[in-house]
Amino acid sequence: MTCRASAPRRPLGYVLVLGGLAALLAVAVLAALALGSVRIPPGQVLDILTGRAEASPFRTIVLDVRLPRVLLGIVVGAGLAVIGTVLQALVRNQLADPFLLGVSSGASTGAVLVIVLGIGASLATTVTIPAAAFAGALLSLLLVYTLARGGGGITTNRLVLAGVAVSYVLSALTSLILVTSARADHLQEVLYWTLGGLGAARWDMLALPAITLVAGTAVLLTLARPLDLLLVGEEGATVLGLDTARFRAAVFVLASLMTGVLVAYSGAIGFVGLMVPHMARMAVGAAHRALLPVVALGGAVFLVLADLAARTLAAPQDIPVGVLTALTGGPFFLWMLRRRPEGAPA
Amino acid sequence: MTTLRTEGLSYGTGEGRHLVDAVDLTAADGETVGLVGPNGSGKTTLLRCVYGTLRPTHGRVLLDGDDLATLPVKARAQRIATVPQDGHAGFELTVGQVVAMGRAPHKRFWEADGAADTALVTEALARVGITALEPRTFASLSGGERQRALVARALVQQPSLVVLDEPTNHLDIRYQLEILSLVRELGTTNLLALHDLNLAAYYCDRLYVLKDGRVVASGTPEEVLTAELLGEVYGVAAEVSAHPKTGAPTVVYLPEGPGGRTLLT
Repeated sequence: MTCRASAPRRPLGYVLVLGGLAALLAVAVLAALALGSVRIPPGQVLDILTGRAEASPFRTIVLDVRLPRVLLGIVVGAGLAVIGTVLQALVRNQLADPFLLGVSSGASTGAVLVIVLGIGASLATTVTIPAAAFAGALLSLLLVYTLARGGGGITTNRLVLAGVAVSYVLSALTSLILVTSARADHLQEVLYWTLGGLGAARWDMLALPAITLVAGTAVLLTLARPLDLLLVGEEGATVLGLDTARFRAAVFVLASLMTGVLVAYSGAIGFVGLMVPHMARMAVGAAHRALLPVVALGGAVFLVLADLAARTLAAPQDIPVGVLTALTGGPFFLWMLRRRPEGAPA
Repeated sequence: MTTLRTEGLSYGTGEGRHLVDAVDLTAADGETVGLVGPNGSGKTTLLRCVYGTLRPTHGRVLLDGDDLATLPVKARAQRIATVPQDGHAGFELTVGQVVAMGRAPHKRFWEADGAADTALVTEALARVGITALEPRTFASLSGGERQRALVARALVQQPSLVVLDEPTNHLDIRYQLEILSLVRELGTTNLLALHDLNLAAYYCDRLYVLKDGRVVASGTPEEVLTAELLGEVYGVAAEVSAHPKTGAPTVVYLPEGPGGRTLLT
């Protein structure tokens, strides 16, 4: 099973996994459009989607309220899972996740800074906030990586501790920016970033994250071979012909860019990038060409369902979906931490 | 056709200590050359300079006359395959995937493996005798099986020089012999660091003895492995004799002082 190989080796199994996930995604989307404070029969949802129910009283709810939110969920879920996969290859550690490594916190700090300072307010959602989030993500990722690496290889302990420490500092920085800013209306906007949620989704917010996701994932698919090489370690990859320093720098920038854009729209939703790649590897193995499409679909399914739960569990309360993913992801992380064999390479 | 030469190769740390000090070494085409010496004598550092993960602070490494420092990482990997001391692969890659990585230096990064590449992998797995292990995860293999898989990866890489760092480390005797026989049969020019002097004497055409980063002796095992040299380099008393069956020099260490068996005679 080399890069493209899971295909020749296990064609049926791989196609089944992809097909199953696609079917699951369709069901999840339908459920997310039908359920909520107002329940709409699935048949009518389909009619509305296909334009056969122009007069339906639920048209606005489905098309303008729920659909953009579901679509943002697909994009953000797929994106976070893909980023998690790539970060895990970069640091050769399955416990990496954009949230745990402080990348999301960095993106939040960047975004909040721009909101509070009101930089480029007219362009805020489309340009300034994503750009600031990207810068924050890149800086925090570099910081965590440098801290975790100091004096030799990256160990799990050092990586997790560096991620946690950087996250704390950045959260504190975010709070500091917030309390020193005079305006109270910032508070709610900022709380949204720190908790992570899809509630603010609107049609005009979908284009940039969707383009970023598709383009970023496409580029990463072409990088499947060097990503695989990273799994044998820096020296191993070098003697197999990979210029690791340059490649790593390029992937750092790409992962930060994707994180920045996604976080700018959804806030810091944790653990999607931890759980989904882990389960996907169990299903189709670790080679990236086969893995990334499965991860993207799995992430989309996961976040759509999580967001559905967030909207309905405590209805009419809308729980930020980041709270739910942390509630499931935290225990999952601990389970992974415990079942790591002693002395396993980080 | 492959000749490796190092000229005045040195690698120094920032504090001015030389881990490798002005080493001139040659491995002629098809030759298996062994590096021996006590721990910390610079074997691994020298090898890393040769396969390119360390940059020599002085001197050059020449492969068929080309200075390795001027070759891009990928071009180097097309010509030199490395079998590391403790090979590992994260995330449960399969043996087949790890071996197929040997094709990476010959491919554009976005290019998938074709039928010819797959055939090379199948052939290499058969040659090292681990065909049945292909679908297993690399992490689940025993030390000997891993080492074989890494030799298979080196084969798939189609190199002209194979560099091996203590390929017999942590292996049972049987696997030590098997791996070294395998290496000799590759037909490539081989440079390997070895701990065990008897294995080095039997499997290498020529040996370089390192101490404190310097070459203190070189030549055929017969020329190099003498009781005086072992005393000087390792600080042990030893007796060296040609083995009646293999003809290779055989080292027997002689204990000094109390604690051991009383010597006969």
